[in-house]
Amino acid sequence: MIVANRKPFEEIMEMLKPYKKILLLGCNECVTVCSVGGAKEVAVLASEIRLSRLKNRIPVEIKEHTLERQCDPEYALSISSFVNDYEIIISMACGCGVQTIAETYREKYVVPAVNTTFMGSSEEHGVWREKCQGCGNCILDKTLGICPVTRCAKSILNGPCGGSQGGSCEINKDTPCAWQLIIDRLKQMNMMEKYLEIQPVKDWSTSRDGGPRTRIREDLRI
Amino acid sequence: MRLSYPTNIKIIKVPCTGRVDILFILKAFENGADGVCLIGCLEGECRFLTGNIRAKKRVEYIKSLLEETGIGAERVAMYNISAADGRRFAEIAREMTEKIKALGPNPAKKQVE
Repeated sequence: MIVANRKPFEEIMEMLKPYKKILLLGCNECVTVCSVGGAKEVAVLASEIRLSRLKNRIPVEIKEHTLERQCDPEYALSISSFVNDYEIIISMACGCGVQTIAETYREKYVVPAVNTTFMGSSEEHGVWREKCQGCGNCILDKTLGICPVTRCAKSILNGPCGGSQGGSCEINKDTPCAWQLIIDRLKQMNMMEKYLEIQPVKDWSTSRDGGPRTRIREDLRI
Repeated sequence: MRLSYPTNIKIIKVPCTGRVDILFILKAFENGADGVCLIGCLEGECRFLTGNIRAKKRVEYIKSLLEETGIGAERVAMYNISAADGRRFAEIAREMTEKIKALGPNPAKKQVE
């Protein structure tokens, strides 16, 4: 899922400063799962904004609404009947959601309430960790399900480096060395021969280095 | 026991402090409460095992929300007492009331026109 962090309250209030009628838009997908922008977080932020405005005696009207998915034009269009009743839209979705809403309602000022941070998974309740960088050329078959592109600070493909100490990365002892994890897993699976295969220089053009990416499936287009 | 405690306290019964949602507390402040006090069972004696521990963590989180909104973290507190300890309950009620009185009214209280 896409993991995000809520922006500092002060920054949010600064963006909303000149506006009295606010549409606060949540998303039922990734940001709900990582507890940052679902219906619950929309209600909490709305309450905080109202409290702050009440304290400062500045009137505010907030409409709380959560879409099934903000990154989909079909769902984005579902708010068209009331979107013009509000002066500003503040989205609690990831950057993809914010952009879809902004593209759908070109005459509206759309601002983000969260900082989209990474693609990750839940490790336990309340803990999310980065697991994928979307490099466009997956090598998890060679590394037995542990991604060195993401989880190694240097993204090296033939590791570990000299900074691996006692199973931890030199950047932080709480960050496991991805290559230590890979070797442990190769040993456990009795597949150490895979470790001997030297990985060639990676072609990063499939990643962000090749510019923004687009995927098209002609058969699905209407 | 014939104990007395301040009359300006509104008691809301919940099955366990673990039931207390962040929004319950924020709404209380939106509706003009000057302070909110959660009173749960003693740690280790929760009927639902960890309800009061979860409430404690939530209270800490709510404090951060109240601080950033300018309402003030000190307006919310959590205490753990035994359900049989009426004397301590009355004491906490007085303690909390005095603390909130010293802080003054909730700054977000709606003004009467």
